[in-house]
Amino acid sequence: MKQGFFTILENTPLTEKVSRLRLGGDVSAVERPGQFADLRLEGCFLRRPFSVCDQDEESFTVLYERVGRGTELLAALPVGQSLDVLTGLGNGFDPVRGGERPLLIGGGTGLSPLYGLAKTLLRRGAQPTALLGFNTANEVFYAEEFAALGVETLVCTADGSRGVPGFVTAAMDRDHTGFYACGPEAMLRAVCETSDRPGQLSFDRRMGCGFGACMGCTVLTVSGPRRICRDGPVLDREDVLWAD
Amino acid sequence: MGRLSVSLCGIELDNPVIPASGTFGYGHEFAELYDINCLGSLSFKGTTLHERLGNPLPRIAETSAGMLNAVGLQNPGVDRVICEELPKLAACFRKPVIANVSGFSVEEYAEVCRRLDAQPQVGWLEVNVSCPNVHGGGMSFGTEPKAAAEVTRAVKAVTTKPVILKLSPNVTDIVAIARACEDAGADALSLINTLMGMRIDLKMRRPILANTTGGLSGPAVFPVALRMVWQVSQAVSIPVIGLGGIQNAEDVIEMLLAGAAAVQVGAANLVNPYACRDIVDALPGVMDRLHIHNLRDIIGGSHG
Ligand SMILES: Cc1cc2nc3c(=O)[nH]c(=O)nc-3n(C[C@H](O)[C@H](O)[C@H](O)COP(=O)(O)OP(=O)(O)OC[C@H]3O[C@@H](n4cnc5c(N)ncnc54)[C@H](O)[C@@H]3O)c2cc1C
Ligand SMILES: Cc1cc2nc3c(=O)[nH]c(=O)nc-3n(C[C@H](O)[C@H](O)[C@H](O)COP(=O)(O)O)c2cc1C
Ligand code: FES
Repeated sequence: MKQGFFTILENTPLTEKVSRLRLGGDVSAVERPGQFADLRLEGCFLRRPFSVCDQDEESFTVLYERVGRGTELLAALPVGQSLDVLTGLGNGFDPVRGGERPLLIGGGTGLSPLYGLAKTLLRRGAQPTALLGFNTANEVFYAEEFAALGVETLVCTADGSRGVPGFVTAAMDRDHTGFYACGPEAMLRAVCETSDRPGQLSFDRRMGCGFGACMGCTVLTVSGPRRICRDGPVLDREDVLWAD
Repeated sequence: MGRLSVSLCGIELDNPVIPASGTFGYGHEFAELYDINCLGSLSFKGTTLHERLGNPLPRIAETSAGMLNAVGLQNPGVDRVICEELPKLAACFRKPVIANVSGFSVEEYAEVCRRLDAQPQVGWLEVNVSCPNVHGGGMSFGTEPKAAAEVTRAVKAVTTKPVILKLSPNVTDIVAIARACEDAGADALSLINTLMGMRIDLKMRRPILANTTGGLSGPAVFPVALRMVWQVSQAVSIPVIGLGGIQNAEDVIEMLLAGAAAVQVGAANLVNPYACRDIVDALPGVMDRLHIHNLRDIIGGSHG
């Protein structure tokens, strides 16, 4: 974990609701795909957590959806604005768990950390396939970016208006060696019910601190209580206890 | 004795700044960022006899100028705190610490204190009779003078260490409770714990917190805390630790002027993990500006 000031290099809408934010600064604490950053916003008491989508030597990007006051304020910030950010939070994905042909399964903005993971997996010689789920065609984003990496990319829409009709589970093939998933909890659970392969899931919980101090985000897992911000957000599928 | 030093029940603190229980874990997360030995002391997460998972999620909600929490005293239980957490804490913090204790019966409070009393690292026991987030314990002991006195006596009987009673603001007369604790032998008081509050999700039309209510903390509560410290410190002759909404060095000085002998900083750590260190660093400059030579000279300085 590291605290630092980052400059907004880009803050552009990708769809009606989702924008891409690129932040320039000291990214030395951003170590693994699946980690997140916690942004302090003028006018909000608590920080706002967002997965790191991608990074280079001097910047990282997040993809965020406008869902409330903080994300609306964020969307209004101009390029050049400075932000107080905690980086390098959370455990991140283990690129070995998913094997040679892993599925990357993203629901909505949940696809964000899977993009950085796809790059890491490709570097390691794995052949990931991306399954990206949305409600409807005009909510689709980042499908071209995944495809441009050389990843086979399937878009699924719940209303059938683009790509594979239905939920991402409809597009899960049989010969994948494992999976990484991030998105709504119902999707994570459905993915686990569809595949018996090794998998990792990224969870999202309301947070106080984001770095393990307040116990605000603790969930009970097979191996005991785990703080989603510190011991997660990524959990092995075997470790997850689903609520009834 | 430096300019910043204060004394708490006979133990000298290098400065009056102490992270508040539940907002600093057991110190390690912060020790990764800075040397936490710059702090006066540290109050660790509320400890109960048995392990507690706490309340269902969500247990955090944001408010204007603050936050609600309904963590519900998640902790591994006193024995694991002693075997696992305290040695790790000792590795990053060499000063006496404040052991924060909670319970669901007078006997539980006493038993947890008895076990922590044997730990050389523990300088003070801080007895939380004010947690609004657990049912059948915590705050119910802190809202009634007789019950607060009973807990105080039971704890005093099992320890030779100074006992701090942490009081709830969710009462009609905090002075009466403070006096009852003093009469029962409390060595110090800390106030305030969180104020009970709630938020409703507009889209779902349901409370945001799974526990429905939670405890409000952060800058929103500072004036309430300050007023209570001002009242209580004039009514008792034991030291009062002031907390609630402290954000910066100016707030610390205001709290000391109201009558606090030391302060604790809670929610601010969650937003800015360097908050306590930044406050300690800023104090000398603010003191110079306000012509304050020694912090201990201004304690209660606003009392008529
Ligand atoms: C580890 C992690 C990674 C995340 N990554 C992304 C991402 O890459 N892209 C993205 O769009 N969103 C992501 N989220 C969700 C994002 O944090 C919330 O959408 C955002 O905090 C909402 O803030 P708001 O002020 O707009 O909403 P409000 O509802 O006004 O927020 C009020 C409070 O509730 C919290 N909150 C509300 N919704 C959520 C939520 N779904 N999860 C956690 N806290 C919430 C806020 O942080 C704030 O404290 C992530 C969440 C976590 C925990
Ligand atoms: C997340 C959280 C957890 C807390 N846990 C405890 C606890 O275990 N024991 C306790 O005595 N107080 C606990 N508190 C209360 C704080 O120690 C403090 O009294 C209160 O938050 C007011 O100070 P603040 O406004 O600076 O946060 C907790 C507060 C927060 C925000
Ligand atoms: S958000 Fe504070 S411990 Fe996870």
